[in-house]
Amino acid sequence: MNVQPKKKYDAGVKDYRSTYWEPDYSVKETDILAVFKVIPQDGVPREEAAAAVAAESSTGTWTTVWTDLLTDLDHYKGRAYRIEDVPGQDEAFYAFIAYPADLFEEGSVVNVFTSIVGNVFGFKAVRSLRLEDVRFPIWFVKTCFGPPHGIQVERDKMDKYGRPLLGCTIKPKLGLSAKNYGRAVYEVLRGGLDFSKDDENVNSQPFMRWRDRFLFCQEAIEKAQAETGERKGHYMNVTAPTVEAMFQRAEFAKELGTPIIMSDYLTVGWAAHNSLSKWCRDNGMLLHVHRAMHAVMDRNPNHGINFRVLAKMLRLLGGDHLHSGTVVGKLEGDRNATLGWINLMRDKFVKEDRSMGVFFDQDWGSMPGVFPVASGGIHVWHMPALVSIFGNDSVLQFGGGTLGHPWGNAAGAAANRVALEACVQARNEGREIEKEGKDILIAAAKHSPELKSAMETWKEIKFEFDTVDKLDVQHR
Amino acid sequence: MSYIQDYPSRLSDPASRKMETFSYLPEMTKTQIRAQVQWIVDHGWNPGIEHTEPENATDYYWYMWKLPMFGETDVDAILAEIEECHKANPKHHVRLLGYDNFTQSQGANMVVRRGKMV
Repeated sequence: MNVQPKKKYDAGVKDYRSTYWEPDYSVKETDILAVFKVIPQDGVPREEAAAAVAAESSTGTWTTVWTDLLTDLDHYKGRAYRIEDVPGQDEAFYAFIAYPADLFEEGSVVNVFTSIVGNVFGFKAVRSLRLEDVRFPIWFVKTCFGPPHGIQVERDKMDKYGRPLLGCTIKPKLGLSAKNYGRAVYEVLRGGLDFSKDDENVNSQPFMRWRDRFLFCQEAIEKAQAETGERKGHYMNVTAPTVEAMFQRAEFAKELGTPIIMSDYLTVGWAAHNSLSKWCRDNGMLLHVHRAMHAVMDRNPNHGINFRVLAKMLRLLGGDHLHSGTVVGKLEGDRNATLGWINLMRDKFVKEDRSMGVFFDQDWGSMPGVFPVASGGIHVWHMPALVSIFGNDSVLQFGGGTLGHPWGNAAGAAANRVALEACVQARNEGREIEKEGKDILIAAAKHSPELKSAMETWKEIKFEFDTVDKLDVQHR
Repeated sequence: MSYIQDYPSRLSDPASRKMETFSYLPEMTKTQIRAQVQWIVDHGWNPGIEHTEPENATDYYWYMWKLPMFGETDVDAILAEIEECHKANPKHHVRLLGYDNFTQSQGANMVVRRGKMV
Protein backbone atom coordinates (compact mmCIF):
# COMPACT_ATOMS: atom_id res chain seq x y z
CA MET A 1 0.00 0.00 0.00
CA ASN A 2 1.34 3.33 -0.93
CA VAL A 3 -1.50 5.86 -0.50
CA GLN A 4 -0.28 9.43 -0.26
CA PRO A 5 -2.33 11.96 1.69
CA LYS A 6 -3.63 14.48 -0.84
CA LYS A 7 -2.97 17.60 1.19
CA LYS A 8 -0.05 18.86 3.20
CA TYR A 9 -0.25 21.28 6.07
CA ASP A 10 0.56 24.81 4.97
CA ALA A 11 0.14 27.35 7.78
CA GLY A 12 -1.01 30.89 7.09
CA VAL A 13 -3.95 32.86 5.77
CA LYS A 14 -5.49 31.84 2.45
CA ASP A 15 -8.23 33.34 0.35
CA TYR A 16 -11.56 31.95 1.45
CA ARG A 17 -12.59 31.52 -2.17
CA SER A 18 -9.95 28.92 -2.82
CA THR A 19 -11.84 26.57 -0.50
CA TYR A 20 -15.39 27.87 -0.12
CA TRP A 21 -16.41 29.26 -3.55
CA GLU A 22 -17.68 26.48 -5.83
CA PRO A 23 -19.74 27.84 -8.71
CA ASP A 24 -19.91 24.36 -10.25
CA TYR A 25 -21.37 22.76 -7.15
CA SER A 26 -24.66 21.02 -7.78
CA VAL A 27 -26.96 21.39 -4.83
CA LYS A 28 -28.02 18.23 -2.98
CA GLU A 29 -31.60 17.44 -1.87
CA THR A 30 -30.26 17.05 1.65
CA ASP A 31 -28.40 20.38 1.84
CA ILE A 32 -29.66 23.26 3.90
CA LEU A 33 -29.59 26.22 1.51
CA ALA A 34 -29.35 29.85 2.53
CA VAL A 35 -29.34 33.10 0.64
CA PHE A 36 -27.73 36.15 2.17
CA LYS A 37 -27.80 39.72 0.97
CA VAL A 38 -24.20 40.84 1.29
CA ILE A 39 -22.62 44.27 1.14
CA PRO A 40 -18.88 43.65 1.23
CA GLN A 41 -16.25 46.07 2.48
CA ASP A 42 -14.69 48.18 -0.24
CA GLY A 43 -12.19 46.26 -2.29
CA VAL A 44 -13.42 42.79 -1.27
CA PRO A 45 -14.48 40.88 -4.41
CA ARG A 46 -17.95 39.31 -4.38
CA GLU A 47 -16.68 35.75 -4.63
CA GLU A 48 -14.33 36.29 -1.71
CA ALA A 49 -17.04 37.86 0.45
CA ALA A 50 -19.50 35.07 -0.41
CA ALA A 51 -16.89 32.42 0.32
CA ALA A 52 -16.04 34.12 3.60
CA VAL A 53 -19.69 34.00 4.65
CA ALA A 54 -19.87 30.30 3.73
CA ALA A 55 -16.67 29.58 5.66
CA GLU A 56 -17.45 31.56 8.78
CA SER A 57 -20.97 30.11 9.02
CA SER A 58 -19.71 26.52 8.66
CA THR A 59 -16.31 24.95 9.16
CA GLY A 60 -13.83 27.74 8.54
CA THR A 61 -11.85 30.17 10.54
CA TRP A 62 -9.51 33.00 9.52
CA THR A 63 -6.35 30.92 9.24
CA THR A 64 -5.47 27.39 8.30
CA VAL A 65 -5.20 24.98 11.26
CA TRP A 66 -3.52 21.59 11.22
CA THR A 67 -6.59 19.83 12.58
CA ASP A 68 -8.39 20.69 9.30
CA LEU A 69 -6.40 17.82 7.88
CA LEU A 70 -7.76 15.29 10.38
CA THR A 71 -11.20 15.48 8.78
CA ASP A 72 -12.71 15.51 5.34
CA LEU A 73 -13.48 19.18 4.89
CA ASP A 74 -15.13 18.57 1.55
CA HIS A 75 -17.76 16.58 3.38
CA TYR A 76 -18.49 19.21 6.02
CA LYS A 77 -17.84 22.62 4.55
CA GLY A 78 -20.48 25.10 3.48
CA ARG A 79 -20.08 26.30 -0.10
CA ALA A 80 -20.98 29.54 -1.79
CA TYR A 81 -22.37 28.27 -5.09
CA ARG A 82 -24.07 31.23 -6.70
CA ILE A 83 -23.95 35.00 -6.75
CA GLU A 84 -26.72 37.27 -8.05
CA ASP A 85 -27.25 40.99 -8.34
CA VAL A 86 -29.77 42.52 -5.97
CA PRO A 87 -32.33 44.36 -8.12
CA GLY A 88 -32.19 48.09 -7.56
CA GLN A 89 -29.06 48.03 -5.40
CA ASP A 90 -25.56 48.18 -6.89
CA GLU A 91 -23.35 47.54 -3.89
CA ALA A 92 -25.26 44.52 -2.56
CA PHE A 93 -25.44 41.01 -3.98
CA TYR A 94 -27.12 37.75 -3.07
CA ALA A 95 -24.83 34.92 -2.01
CA PHE A 96 -26.31 31.41 -2.15
CA ILE A 97 -24.72 28.94 0.23
CA ALA A 98 -25.22 25.20 0.59
CA TYR A 99 -24.60 23.50 3.93
CA PRO A 100 -24.27 19.71 4.04
CA ALA A 101 -26.69 17.77 6.23
CA ASP A 102 -23.97 16.43 8.52
CA LEU A 103 -23.19 19.90 9.85
CA PHE A 104 -26.37 19.95 11.90
CA GLU A 105 -28.07 18.23 14.81
CA GLU A 106 -31.37 16.64 13.81
CA GLY A 107 -34.45 18.57 14.91
CA SER A 108 -32.43 21.48 16.30
CA VAL A 109 -33.47 24.86 15.03
CA VAL A 110 -31.17 26.24 17.71
CA ASN A 111 -28.19 24.46 16.19
CA VAL A 112 -28.93 25.49 12.61
CA PHE A 113 -29.22 29.15 13.47
CA THR A 114 -26.30 29.17 15.87
CA SER A 115 -24.30 28.14 12.83
CA ILE A 116 -25.70 30.17 10.00
CA VAL A 117 -26.44 33.43 11.79
CA GLY A 118 -23.62 33.09 14.31
CA ASN A 119 -20.25 34.83 14.24
CA VAL A 120 -20.59 35.61 10.57
CA PHE A 121 -22.87 38.59 11.25
CA GLY A 122 -20.08 40.43 13.00
CA PHE A 123 -17.51 39.49 10.43
CA LYS A 124 -15.35 42.44 9.35
CA ALA A 125 -15.02 41.61 5.65
CA VAL A 126 -18.71 42.31 5.14
CA ARG A 127 -20.21 45.70 5.83
CA SER A 128 -23.67 44.25 6.30
CA LEU A 129 -25.36 40.92 5.93
CA ARG A 130 -28.96 39.80 5.79
CA LEU A 131 -30.28 36.27 5.79
CA GLU A 132 -33.07 36.44 3.21
CA ASP A 133 -34.28 32.84 3.01
CA VAL A 134 -33.40 29.30 4.06
CA ARG A 135 -34.44 26.06 2.38
CA PHE A 136 -34.93 23.32 4.94
CA PRO A 137 -34.60 19.85 3.42
CA ILE A 138 -37.27 17.31 4.23
CA TRP A 139 -35.02 15.34 6.60
CA PHE A 140 -34.70 18.42 8.78
CA VAL A 141 -38.41 19.27 8.62
CA LYS A 142 -39.28 15.72 9.63
CA THR A 143 -36.95 15.78 12.63
CA CYS A 144 -38.40 19.05 13.93
CA PHE A 145 -41.47 19.11 16.08
CA GLY A 146 -43.68 21.58 14.31
CA PRO A 147 -46.97 23.15 15.41
CA PRO A 148 -48.56 21.46 18.43
CA HIS A 149 -51.87 21.17 16.56
CA GLY A 150 -51.95 23.24 13.39
CA ILE A 151 -54.73 24.95 11.51
CA GLN A 152 -56.92 21.95 10.79
CA VAL A 153 -56.93 20.60 14.35
CA GLU A 154 -57.53 24.04 15.82
CA ARG A 155 -60.57 24.51 13.57
CA ASP A 156 -61.94 21.18 14.75
CA LYS A 157 -61.28 21.89 18.41
CA MET A 158 -62.79 25.37 18.22
CA ASP A 159 -65.52 24.21 15.81
CA LYS A 160 -65.02 27.19 13.49
CA TYR A 161 -64.96 26.82 9.71
CA GLY A 162 -65.19 28.78 6.51
CA ARG A 163 -64.00 32.13 7.80
CA PRO A 164 -61.02 33.84 9.43
CA LEU A 165 -61.01 33.78 13.24
CA LEU A 166 -61.41 37.00 15.16
CA GLY A 167 -59.36 38.22 18.08
CA CYS A 168 -58.54 41.27 20.13
CA THR A 169 -55.65 42.32 22.32
CA ILE A 170 -56.82 43.73 25.62
CA LYS A 171 -55.79 47.36 26.19
CA PRO A 172 -54.37 49.31 27.90
CA LYS A 173 -51.42 46.99 27.55
CA LEU A 174 -50.41 47.45 31.15
CA GLY A 175 -51.92 48.66 34.38
CA LEU A 176 -55.34 47.01 34.66
CA SER A 177 -56.25 44.94 37.70
CA ALA A 178 -57.00 41.30 37.03
CA LYS A 179 -60.70 41.74 37.64
CA ASN A 180 -61.06 44.79 35.39
CA TYR A 181 -59.00 43.00 32.76
CA GLY A 182 -61.29 39.98 32.92
CA ARG A 183 -64.22 42.33 32.36
CA ALA A 184 -62.68 43.57 29.13
CA VAL A 185 -62.15 39.94 28.05
CA TYR A 186 -65.73 38.97 28.86
CA GLU A 187 -67.12 41.91 26.90
CA VAL A 188 -65.22 41.19 23.67
CA LEU A 189 -66.03 37.49 23.81
CA ARG A 190 -69.74 37.93 24.42
CA GLY A 191 -69.81 40.45 21.58
CA GLY A 192 -68.73 37.83 19.06
CA LEU A 193 -64.95 37.44 18.99
CA ASP A 194 -63.41 33.98 19.08
CA PHE A 195 -60.36 34.98 21.07
CA SER A 196 -58.94 37.70 23.22
CA LYS A 197 -55.26 38.10 23.90
CA ASP A 198 -52.82 39.09 26.59
CA ASP A 199 -50.44 41.66 25.32
CA GLU A 200 -46.86 40.46 24.98
CA ASN A 201 -45.62 42.38 27.98
CA VAL A 202 -48.45 41.24 30.24
CA ASN A 203 -46.63 38.62 32.29
CA SER A 204 -47.01 38.84 36.06
CA GLN A 205 -46.53 42.40 37.20
CA PRO A 206 -47.44 43.81 40.62
CA PHE A 207 -50.68 45.33 39.28
CA MET A 208 -51.88 41.97 37.96
CA ARG A 209 -50.31 38.66 38.92
CA TRP A 210 -50.68 35.89 36.40
CA ARG A 211 -52.74 33.58 38.57
CA ASP A 212 -55.41 36.17 39.25
CA ARG A 213 -55.54 37.08 35.57
CA PHE A 214 -55.95 33.47 34.49
CA LEU A 215 -58.79 32.88 36.96
CA PHE A 216 -60.77 35.96 36.00
CA CYS A 217 -60.22 35.41 32.29
CA GLN A 218 -61.36 31.82 32.55
CA GLU A 219 -64.66 32.88 34.11
CA ALA A 220 -65.01 35.43 31.31
CA ILE A 221 -64.51 32.70 28.72
CA GLU A 222 -66.96 30.32 30.34
CA LYS A 223 -69.69 32.89 30.74
CA ALA A 224 -69.28 34.17 27.19
CA GLN A 225 -69.47 30.60 25.90
CA ALA A 226 -72.68 29.93 27.81
CA GLU A 227 -74.15 33.20 26.60
CA THR A 228 -73.28 32.87 22.91
CA GLY A 229 -73.22 29.10 22.49
CA GLU A 230 -69.85 29.40 20.71
CA ARG A 231 -66.38 28.24 21.71
CA LYS A 232 -64.03 30.94 22.98
CA GLY A 233 -60.50 31.37 24.22
CA HIS A 234 -58.12 33.87 25.77
CA TYR A 235 -54.43 33.59 24.95
CA MET A 236 -53.04 33.27 28.45
CA ASN A 237 -49.50 34.53 28.25
CA VAL A 238 -47.16 32.13 30.04
CA THR A 239 -44.02 34.07 29.08
CA ALA A 240 -42.05 34.18 32.33
CA PRO A 241 -38.57 34.90 33.69
CA THR A 242 -37.62 31.23 34.02
CA VAL A 243 -38.58 28.09 32.18
CA GLU A 244 -39.86 26.59 35.46
CA ALA A 245 -42.18 29.56 35.98
CA MET A 246 -43.37 29.30 32.38
CA PHE A 247 -44.39 25.68 32.87
CA GLN A 248 -45.98 26.40 36.22
CA ARG A 249 -48.24 28.91 34.49
CA ALA A 250 -48.96 26.54 31.60
CA GLU A 251 -49.91 23.75 34.00
CA PHE A 252 -52.28 26.05 35.85
CA ALA A 253 -53.90 27.12 32.58
CA LYS A 254 -54.43 23.47 31.78
CA GLU A 255 -55.99 22.82 35.19
CA LEU A 256 -58.48 25.58 34.46
CA GLY A 257 -59.45 23.85 31.22
CA THR A 258 -58.58 26.84 29.07
CA PRO A 259 -58.02 26.08 25.38
CA ILE A 260 -55.06 28.29 24.45
CA ILE A 261 -51.93 29.85 25.93
CA MET A 262 -49.29 32.12 24.42
CA SER A 263 -45.55 32.59 24.32
CA ASP A 264 -43.11 35.06 22.83
CA TYR A 265 -40.74 32.82 20.93
CA LEU A 266 -37.91 35.26 20.40
CA THR A 267 -37.70 36.68 23.92
CA VAL A 268 -38.24 33.38 25.80
CA GLY A 269 -35.59 31.77 23.62
CA TRP A 270 -35.95 29.08 21.02
CA ALA A 271 -35.13 26.11 23.23
CA ALA A 272 -37.63 27.22 25.88
CA HIS A 273 -40.24 27.82 23.21
CA ASN A 274 -39.63 24.44 21.62
CA SER A 275 -40.14 22.74 25.00
CA LEU A 276 -43.36 24.66 25.55
CA SER A 277 -44.61 23.72 22.12
CA LYS A 278 -44.03 20.04 22.85
CA TRP A 279 -45.82 20.42 26.16
CA CYS A 280 -48.76 21.97 24.31
CA ARG A 281 -49.14 19.00 22.01
CA ASP A 282 -48.87 16.55 24.90
CA ASN A 283 -51.48 18.47 26.85
CA GLY A 284 -53.95 19.40 24.12
CA MET A 285 -53.25 23.11 24.51
CA LEU A 286 -53.29 25.47 21.53
CA LEU A 287 -50.30 27.81 21.33
CA HIS A 288 -50.46 31.40 20.18
CA VAL A 289 -47.08 32.90 19.36
CA HIS A 290 -46.14 36.54 19.54
CA ARG A 291 -42.96 37.87 17.92
CA ALA A 292 -41.68 40.68 20.17
CA MET A 293 -38.16 41.72 19.06
CA HIS A 294 -38.62 40.57 15.47
CA ALA A 295 -38.25 44.06 14.02
CA VAL A 296 -34.84 44.34 15.65
CA MET A 297 -33.76 41.57 13.30
CA ASP A 298 -35.98 41.91 10.27
CA ARG A 299 -36.66 45.57 9.57
CA ASN A 300 -33.32 46.78 8.26
CA PRO A 301 -33.28 45.82 4.57
CA ASN A 302 -29.49 45.34 4.57
CA HIS A 303 -28.70 43.65 7.85
CA GLY A 304 -30.32 40.99 9.98
CA ILE A 305 -32.77 38.20 9.25
CA ASN A 306 -35.77 38.52 6.97
CA PHE A 307 -39.07 37.73 8.71
CA ARG A 308 -39.76 34.93 6.24
CA VAL A 309 -36.88 33.06 7.86
CA LEU A 310 -38.15 33.79 11.36
CA ALA A 311 -41.59 32.57 10.26
CA LYS A 312 -40.19 29.32 8.87
CA MET A 313 -38.22 28.90 12.06
CA LEU A 314 -41.38 29.22 14.15
CA ARG A 315 -43.22 26.65 12.06
CA LEU A 316 -40.36 24.25 12.77
CA LEU A 317 -40.19 25.12 16.48
CA GLY A 318 -43.93 24.89 16.87
CA GLY A 319 -46.83 27.29 17.29
CA ASP A 320 -50.45 27.30 16.20
CA HIS A 321 -50.67 31.06 15.57
CA LEU A 322 -47.96 33.55 14.61
CA HIS A 323 -48.16 37.30 14.13
CA SER A 324 -47.37 38.05 10.51
CA GLY A 325 -48.11 41.73 9.94
CA THR A 326 -51.28 43.19 8.53
CA VAL A 327 -50.20 44.98 5.33
CA VAL A 328 -52.92 47.57 5.96
CA GLY A 329 -52.56 48.52 9.64
CA LYS A 330 -50.17 50.60 11.74
CA LEU A 331 -47.22 48.19 11.57
CA GLU A 332 -44.67 47.57 8.85
CA GLY A 333 -45.40 45.07 6.07
CA ASP A 334 -45.05 44.94 2.29
CA ARG A 335 -48.03 43.17 0.67
CA ASN A 336 -46.22 40.68 -1.55
CA ALA A 337 -43.57 39.91 1.03
CA THR A 338 -46.29 39.28 3.60
CA LEU A 339 -48.15 36.99 1.19
CA GLY A 340 -44.88 35.12 0.70
CA TRP A 341 -44.38 34.34 4.36
CA ILE A 342 -48.02 33.62 5.15
CA ASN A 343 -47.87 30.99 2.39
CA LEU A 344 -44.74 29.63 4.07
CA MET A 345 -46.64 29.40 7.36
CA ARG A 346 -49.69 27.63 5.98
CA ASP A 347 -49.03 25.63 2.84
CA LYS A 348 -47.69 22.11 2.39
CA PHE A 349 -45.39 23.09 -0.46
CA VAL A 350 -44.28 26.59 -1.44
CA LYS A 351 -42.63 27.17 -4.80
CA GLU A 352 -39.81 29.62 -5.37
CA ASP A 353 -41.37 32.95 -6.30
CA ARG A 354 -39.13 35.99 -6.32
CA SER A 355 -42.11 38.32 -6.71
CA MET A 356 -43.03 37.28 -3.15
CA GLY A 357 -39.47 37.11 -1.87
CA VAL A 358 -39.45 33.32 -1.81
CA PHE A 359 -35.99 32.17 -2.98
CA PHE A 360 -36.36 28.41 -2.68
CA ASP A 361 -38.97 25.69 -3.07
CA GLN A 362 -39.94 24.61 0.43
CA ASP A 363 -41.50 21.21 1.07
CA TRP A 364 -43.09 20.99 4.52
CA GLY A 365 -43.88 17.30 4.30
CA SER A 366 -46.71 16.54 6.68
CA MET A 367 -45.92 19.38 9.08
CA PRO A 368 -49.15 21.19 10.02
CA GLY A 369 -49.68 24.84 9.10
CA VAL A 370 -49.65 27.86 11.39
CA PHE A 371 -52.43 30.47 11.45
CA PRO A 372 -51.01 33.86 10.46
CA VAL A 373 -52.26 36.58 12.80
CA ALA A 374 -52.94 40.06 11.46
CA SER A 375 -52.85 42.47 14.35
CA GLY A 376 -52.09 46.13 14.88
CA GLY A 377 -54.01 49.26 13.97
CA ILE A 378 -56.81 47.61 12.03
CA HIS A 379 -60.51 48.38 12.17
CA VAL A 380 -63.76 47.53 10.37
CA TRP A 381 -62.91 49.53 7.25
CA HIS A 382 -59.89 47.28 6.71
CA MET A 383 -62.01 44.14 6.82
CA PRO A 384 -62.57 43.67 3.06
CA ALA A 385 -58.84 44.02 2.35
CA LEU A 386 -57.91 41.72 5.23
CA VAL A 387 -60.30 38.97 4.15
CA SER A 388 -59.00 39.29 0.63
CA ILE A 389 -55.29 39.28 1.58
CA PHE A 390 -55.36 36.64 4.31
CA GLY A 391 -58.20 34.35 3.26
CA ASN A 392 -59.96 32.01 5.68
CA ASP A 393 -56.95 30.51 7.43
CA SER A 394 -56.00 33.53 9.49
CA VAL A 395 -56.72 35.27 12.76
CA LEU A 396 -57.67 38.92 12.42
CA GLN A 397 -57.08 40.87 15.61
CA PHE A 398 -58.64 44.20 16.31
CA GLY A 399 -57.42 45.74 19.57
CA GLY A 400 -58.24 49.43 19.46
CA GLY A 401 -60.63 48.53 16.65
CA THR A 402 -62.76 46.60 19.16
CA LEU A 403 -62.14 48.31 22.50
CA GLY A 404 -62.31 51.80 21.05
CA HIS A 405 -65.94 51.44 19.93
CA PRO A 406 -68.00 54.30 21.33
CA TRP A 407 -70.47 51.85 22.91
CA GLY A 408 -67.80 49.60 24.41
CA ASN A 409 -66.11 46.28 23.80
CA ALA A 410 -69.12 44.05 23.17
CA ALA A 411 -70.48 46.41 20.53
CA GLY A 412 -67.01 46.73 19.02
CA ALA A 413 -66.69 42.97 18.85
CA ALA A 414 -70.14 42.57 17.28
CA ALA A 415 -69.28 45.23 14.69
CA ASN A 416 -66.16 43.32 13.68
CA ARG A 417 -67.95 40.00 13.59
CA VAL A 418 -70.76 41.37 11.40
CA ALA A 419 -68.24 43.07 9.08
CA LEU A 420 -66.22 39.86 8.82
CA GLU A 421 -69.20 37.66 8.05
CA ALA A 422 -70.58 40.14 5.54
CA CYS A 423 -67.24 40.16 3.70
CA VAL A 424 -66.96 36.37 3.72
CA GLN A 425 -70.53 35.98 2.52
CA ALA A 426 -69.98 38.49 -0.29
CA ARG A 427 -66.70 36.84 -1.31
CA ASN A 428 -68.43 33.46 -1.48
CA GLU A 429 -71.13 35.01 -3.63
CA GLY A 430 -68.40 35.88 -6.11
CA ARG A 431 -68.17 39.60 -5.39
CA GLU A 432 -64.86 41.49 -5.53
CA ILE A 433 -64.73 42.51 -1.92
CA GLU A 434 -61.79 44.88 -2.06
CA LYS A 435 -63.48 46.90 -4.79
CA GLU A 436 -66.99 46.66 -3.38
CA GLY A 437 -65.95 46.78 0.28
CA LYS A 438 -67.70 50.02 1.07
CA ASP A 439 -71.06 48.88 -0.34
CA ILE A 440 -70.79 45.54 1.43
CA LEU A 441 -70.14 47.16 4.80
CA ILE A 442 -72.84 49.79 4.36
CA ALA A 443 -75.38 47.10 3.51
CA ALA A 444 -74.30 45.01 6.52
CA ALA A 445 -74.58 48.03 8.83
CA LYS A 446 -78.29 48.34 8.01
CA HIS A 447 -79.03 45.49 10.38
CA SER A 448 -76.17 46.17 12.81
CA PRO A 449 -76.19 49.48 14.67
CA GLU A 450 -72.88 48.41 16.24
CA LEU A 451 -71.23 48.21 12.84
CA LYS A 452 -72.76 51.48 11.70
CA SER A 453 -71.34 53.24 14.75
CA ALA A 454 -67.88 51.65 14.24
CA MET A 455 -67.83 52.75 10.62
CA GLU A 456 -68.61 56.32 11.62
CA THR A 457 -65.93 56.29 14.31
CA TRP A 458 -63.01 55.09 12.16
CA LYS A 459 -63.99 56.51 8.80
CA GLU A 460 -60.92 58.66 8.31
CA ILE A 461 -58.17 56.61 9.94
CA LYS A 462 -55.60 55.17 7.61
CA PHE A 463 -51.94 54.35 8.08
CA GLU A 464 -50.27 55.28 4.85
CA PHE A 465 -46.59 55.45 5.60
CA ASP A 466 -44.15 53.91 3.19
CA THR A 467 -42.76 50.51 4.10
CA VAL A 468 -39.10 50.45 5.15
CA ASP A 469 -38.42 46.79 4.44
CA LYS A 470 -39.58 46.36 0.85
CA LEU A 471 -38.91 43.55 -1.52
CA ASP A 472 -35.81 44.17 -3.62
CA VAL A 473 -37.04 45.36 -7.00
CA GLN A 474 -35.60 47.42 -9.78
CA HIS A 475 -36.96 50.91 -9.29
CA ARG A 476 -34.89 52.98 -11.65
CA MET B 1 -73.15 62.13 27.72
CA SER B 2 -73.24 61.06 24.11
CA TYR B 3 -75.65 58.40 22.96
CA ILE B 4 -74.64 54.86 23.92
CA GLN B 5 -76.58 51.77 22.97
CA ASP B 6 -76.67 48.75 25.30
CA TYR B 7 -75.50 45.40 23.97
CA PRO B 8 -78.54 43.22 24.64
CA SER B 9 -77.00 39.75 24.91
CA ARG B 10 -78.24 37.77 27.95
CA LEU B 11 -77.63 34.33 29.44
CA SER B 12 -81.38 34.22 30.10
CA ASP B 13 -82.32 35.11 26.53
CA PRO B 14 -82.04 32.23 24.05
CA ALA B 15 -81.97 34.73 21.20
CA SER B 16 -78.43 35.58 22.29
CA ARG B 17 -77.16 32.16 21.19
CA LYS B 18 -75.14 32.11 18.00
CA MET B 19 -74.09 29.32 15.66
CA GLU B 20 -70.76 30.28 14.17
CA THR B 21 -70.28 31.39 10.57
CA PHE B 22 -72.98 33.79 9.30
CA SER B 23 -74.95 33.63 12.54
CA TYR B 24 -74.32 37.34 13.11
CA LEU B 25 -76.03 38.11 9.80
CA PRO B 26 -79.75 37.91 9.05
CA GLU B 27 -81.01 34.47 8.04
CA MET B 28 -80.06 33.85 4.41
CA THR B 29 -82.62 34.11 1.61
CA LYS B 30 -82.98 31.30 -0.92
CA THR B 31 -80.87 33.24 -3.41
CA GLN B 32 -78.14 33.75 -0.84
CA ILE B 33 -78.12 30.07 0.11
CA ARG B 34 -77.89 29.12 -3.56
CA ALA B 35 -74.79 31.30 -3.93
CA GLN B 36 -73.14 29.57 -0.97
CA VAL B 37 -73.94 26.14 -2.39
CA GLN B 38 -72.38 27.25 -5.65
CA TRP B 39 -69.23 28.33 -3.74
CA ILE B 40 -68.94 24.85 -2.24
CA VAL B 41 -69.45 23.17 -5.61
CA ASP B 42 -66.96 25.51 -7.31
CA HIS B 43 -64.26 24.45 -4.84
CA GLY B 44 -64.81 20.78 -5.45
CA TRP B 45 -65.83 20.26 -1.83
CA ASN B 46 -68.27 17.51 -0.94
CA PRO B 47 -71.55 18.98 0.32
CA GLY B 48 -73.03 17.60 3.51
CA ILE B 49 -76.06 18.40 5.63
CA GLU B 50 -76.42 18.12 9.41
CA HIS B 51 -79.23 19.01 11.79
CA THR B 52 -79.90 19.18 15.51
CA GLU B 53 -82.44 20.09 18.15
CA PRO B 54 -81.65 23.69 19.10
CA GLU B 55 -80.93 22.63 22.70
CA ASN B 56 -78.03 20.47 21.48
CA ALA B 57 -76.56 23.00 19.07
CA THR B 58 -73.32 23.44 21.00
CA ASP B 59 -72.28 19.81 20.57
CA TYR B 60 -69.55 19.05 18.05
CA TYR B 61 -71.65 16.34 16.42
CA TRP B 62 -75.05 17.09 14.96
CA TYR B 63 -77.15 14.42 13.25
CA MET B 64 -75.86 13.66 9.80
CA TRP B 65 -78.60 13.85 7.19
CA LYS B 66 -78.12 10.70 5.09
CA LEU B 67 -74.48 10.75 3.91
CA PRO B 68 -72.32 13.57 2.55
CA MET B 69 -73.17 14.09 -1.12
CA PHE B 70 -69.86 12.91 -2.55
CA GLY B 71 -69.26 14.25 -6.03
CA GLU B 72 -72.60 16.08 -6.19
CA THR B 73 -72.27 19.24 -8.27
CA ASP B 74 -75.94 19.93 -9.03
CA VAL B 75 -76.84 22.98 -6.97
CA ASP B 76 -80.57 22.25 -7.23
CA ALA B 77 -80.11 18.71 -5.97
CA ILE B 78 -78.21 20.02 -2.94
CA LEU B 79 -80.83 22.68 -2.25
CA ALA B 80 -83.54 20.00 -2.49
CA GLU B 81 -81.76 17.92 0.16
CA ILE B 82 -81.64 20.91 2.49
CA GLU B 83 -85.41 21.29 2.05
CA GLU B 84 -86.02 17.60 2.59
CA CYS B 85 -83.98 17.60 5.80
CA HIS B 86 -85.86 20.67 7.00
CA LYS B 87 -89.27 19.12 6.22
CA ALA B 88 -88.38 15.97 8.10
CA ASN B 89 -87.05 17.97 11.08
CA PRO B 90 -88.98 21.23 11.02
CA LYS B 91 -87.89 22.41 14.48
CA HIS B 92 -84.20 21.71 13.97
CA HIS B 93 -81.27 23.85 12.98
CA VAL B 94 -79.95 22.68 9.62
CA ARG B 95 -76.41 23.36 8.50
CA LEU B 96 -74.64 22.99 5.21
CA LEU B 97 -71.01 21.83 5.09
CA GLY B 98 -68.39 21.60 2.40
CA TYR B 99 -65.93 18.80 3.17
CA ASP B 100 -62.49 19.58 1.83
CA ASN B 101 -60.72 16.24 1.68
CA PHE B 102 -57.34 17.76 0.85
CA THR B 103 -57.13 19.82 4.03
CA GLN B 104 -59.06 17.18 6.03
CA SER B 105 -61.27 20.02 7.15
CA GLN B 106 -64.48 21.78 6.27
CA GLY B 107 -64.08 24.58 3.76
CA ALA B 108 -67.56 25.80 4.59
CA ASN B 109 -69.97 25.29 7.46
CA MET B 110 -73.07 27.47 7.90
CA VAL B 111 -76.52 27.21 9.36
CA VAL B 112 -79.07 27.54 6.55
CA ARG B 113 -82.27 26.87 8.53
CA ARG B 114 -82.59 28.21 12.03
CA GLY B 115 -84.82 26.51 14.54
CA LYS B 116 -86.26 28.40 17.48
CA MET B 117 -83.43 29.12 19.90
CA VAL B 118 -83.74 27.66 23.36
